[in-house]
Amino acid sequence: MAEGSKDQGGTGTTDPEEDSPNMIVYRKIEDIVTRIQDEKAGGVAIRTVKSFLSKIPSVVSGADIVQWLMKNLSVEDPAEAIHLGSLIAAHGYIFPISDHVLTLKDDGTLYRFQSPYFWPSNCWEPENTDYAIYLCKRTMQNKARLELADYEAENLARLQRAFARKWEFIFMQAEAQVKIDRKKDKAERKILDSQERAFWDVHRPVPGCVNTTEMDIRKCRREKNPHRVKKSVYGVPDDGQSQPSPVHISSQPARKPTKEDVQKEITFLNIQLDRHCMKVSKVADSLMSYTEQFMEYDPFVSAIEPSNPWINDDTNFWDLEASRDPSQQRVKKWGFSLEEALKDPAGRDQFLKFLESEFSSENLRFWLAVQDLKRRPLQEVSSRAQEIWQEFLAEGAPSSINLDSHSYERTSQNLKDPGRYSYEDAQEHIFKLMKSDSYARFLRSNIYQDLLLARKKQPADTEQGRRTSLEKFTRSVGKSLTGKRLTGLMQSS
Amino acid sequence: MGEMEQLRKEAESLKDQITAARKAVQDTTLQEAAAGITVVGRVQLKTRKTLRGHLAKIYAMHWAVDANLCVSASQDGKLIVWDTITTNKVNAIPLKSSWVMTCAYAPSGNLVACGGLDNMCSIYNLKGKDGNVKVMRELAAHTGYLSCCRFLSDSEIITSSGDCTCVLWDIETGTQKTVFAGHQGDCMSLAVSPDFKFFISGACDFTAKLWDIREGVCRQTFGGHESDINAIGFFPNGNAVITGSDDATCKLYDLRADQELITYQDSSIMCGVTSLAPSLSGRLILAGYDDFNVNIWDSLKSERVGVLAGHDNRVSCIGVSADGMACCTGSWDSFLKIWN
Repeated sequence: MAEGSKDQGGTGTTDPEEDSPNMIVYRKIEDIVTRIQDEKAGGVAIRTVKSFLSKIPSVVSGADIVQWLMKNLSVEDPAEAIHLGSLIAAHGYIFPISDHVLTLKDDGTLYRFQSPYFWPSNCWEPENTDYAIYLCKRTMQNKARLELADYEAENLARLQRAFARKWEFIFMQAEAQVKIDRKKDKAERKILDSQERAFWDVHRPVPGCVNTTEMDIRKCRREKNPHRVKKSVYGVPDDGQSQPSPVHISSQPARKPTKEDVQKEITFLNIQLDRHCMKVSKVADSLMSYTEQFMEYDPFVSAIEPSNPWINDDTNFWDLEASRDPSQQRVKKWGFSLEEALKDPAGRDQFLKFLESEFSSENLRFWLAVQDLKRRPLQEVSSRAQEIWQEFLAEGAPSSINLDSHSYERTSQNLKDPGRYSYEDAQEHIFKLMKSDSYARFLRSNIYQDLLLARKKQPADTEQGRRTSLEKFTRSVGKSLTGKRLTGLMQSS
Repeated sequence: MGEMEQLRKEAESLKDQITAARKAVQDTTLQEAAAGITVVGRVQLKTRKTLRGHLAKIYAMHWAVDANLCVSASQDGKLIVWDTITTNKVNAIPLKSSWVMTCAYAPSGNLVACGGLDNMCSIYNLKGKDGNVKVMRELAAHTGYLSCCRFLSDSEIITSSGDCTCVLWDIETGTQKTVFAGHQGDCMSLAVSPDFKFFISGACDFTAKLWDIREGVCRQTFGGHESDINAIGFFPNGNAVITGSDDATCKLYDLRADQELITYQDSSIMCGVTSLAPSLSGRLILAGYDDFNVNIWDSLKSERVGVLAGHDNRVSCIGVSADGMACCTGSWDSFLKIWN
């Protein structure tokens, strides 16, 4: 990975439009689409197909496209190639000639490439007036292939109501467009008509289909000029009636960094520089050993004992987790680190039990008290902080903990203005102490080892155990008696 | 003018020194170090539940810590708390502003928060005395949209905003405790470290920053992405950070080595990453993309080991439950799906 001064980050200096997430995708697709169409450079063969009495110009089959994608983009799985191809289609760069729904099929379905004029990267945001003109002109031409689909007819009806006052204008524009279209060559018209239709399939998709021109509202707000004049597909001048959506109200303009900004950056950079960098080999090892340790607990990687509740619809796993009677596997986790042991309520309990047996539970109780302090509402913080001082740190405290003089000084200073983090240093110190001393002994203790190795007391030793044993005995005797009776019967007959 | 030039030069020189320090510890790469490990086997998760009820794009979801509850926010102006096992709606909270972009569940399970174009973070109490869910607090001070929020406890919450800052709030008093300023682009996402001492933010200036919650300063900055960082998360051990960007890649940065360790990318993936979540062990990274799919990556080998295809529109949010058992995805198609 190239690490230059750029990796400290910086805003793009190019036009924000270029940086918009949709635009980034468009450029990538355009690169692919240009390559597919380049027959000389290994692209697909675009040809004219004979159909009944007519010819279908400039088409390619879905299967050909899928094959090309698999070969040229190193895609092994055909399903993935279809997914990718459908993405390209959904954005309108390729389209099926006989369907409004923009997906790619891996068969003989015929597709055509979109004209660069209509590419989404041209930032089309066609108005309803344009759409109305389009639907209107389609009704003017007596061609079966131009008949409106049901949803289009509904849209046209709606637009006629919405634009009732200026319908004459729209009608005239539509007529003008029809005149222009008539002048074109027949084959060319077939192609252009289909491309125009595909354009509208992107911007006015079939109900139920995704509108791929939609943008995340968080990104919309960074548009440099949300009120820019939108160009019309049919050259209709903008009458300024378009309403900006609430999303497009311009946020504050990007401000230039000030002297304070740069000074702050310098402070942060110094903080970053002033730290010890660990070797990559060491951190890599650390990551690998962590994942290795925890992979057996990761339900997405390993099978879960006793069963995965989502698959088998039973809640045994969760019942066990909630119980204070932990499984061996769970107890094993406590041995990974003190953090893991303390994360688990059962682990906390057992560690506390162990420390109590050693008469050294004050450290853990202090640590727990400070954790609790950090979550208290502000009004309780001050009094709680004082209570902790009295219990653990004051002279003659009942649960006196052992702090080094430096931490002690800092903590008593902090308590002059008590806050949630007053005990942070002390807590860290105590944690380190527990980690290096009592935690290690805990892992060697009987309390822990018994649980880890599931060394439970023998059932026969307990009252309950005796009863269970008796039950088992009775049942087994019953079974063998039944077996004998059956055999006896069979032998006699 | 001269002073500004000097300051810029100083900043550049420091950046160069940081780059040099990073290079100095690059005795290997994660890919080399993990060369001996076999790739995780194909991961095939199935949809176990579909949560239906939202009427518009879902922008965010967040798991509760304790139970199998989660909260989701949609542009239909509702915050819904789901019982993912029964698929029942535990709460359906109507919002004042429908332009919501984020939601969060408090670790205690008592509170949820949300925010969006209203520039505010609204806190709701789920365990109110009379059983009704009401707004408990409205945290207002940001001058840009609220992109993300995460609770530290019932008393404190951290928010990130389109005004390029992150803020630590005291919920009780409704005041800003600390403002974390430094990003030069909209802050899109944030994540809190497992020990609650740090948080990381990803922004539209293509960088991720690690902040010390107590000190209020930025400790480390990571670059390398070529576009907005939309999603960010901690590796489960708290020592590494994962980011997802509009440049269609995810990256893993190690905090102790102070640098990028690996990039997760594929030439056939062209759409931006919207959301991500590591699996319980960190060995898998599940990332949601604009192309309607979730891709599952082997975090150490940087290979794709699975795909979750089931949504009919962008995957906008993803989360792995606290026990690692289930993954929840939310989409612009208005559905949430539970996978495992």
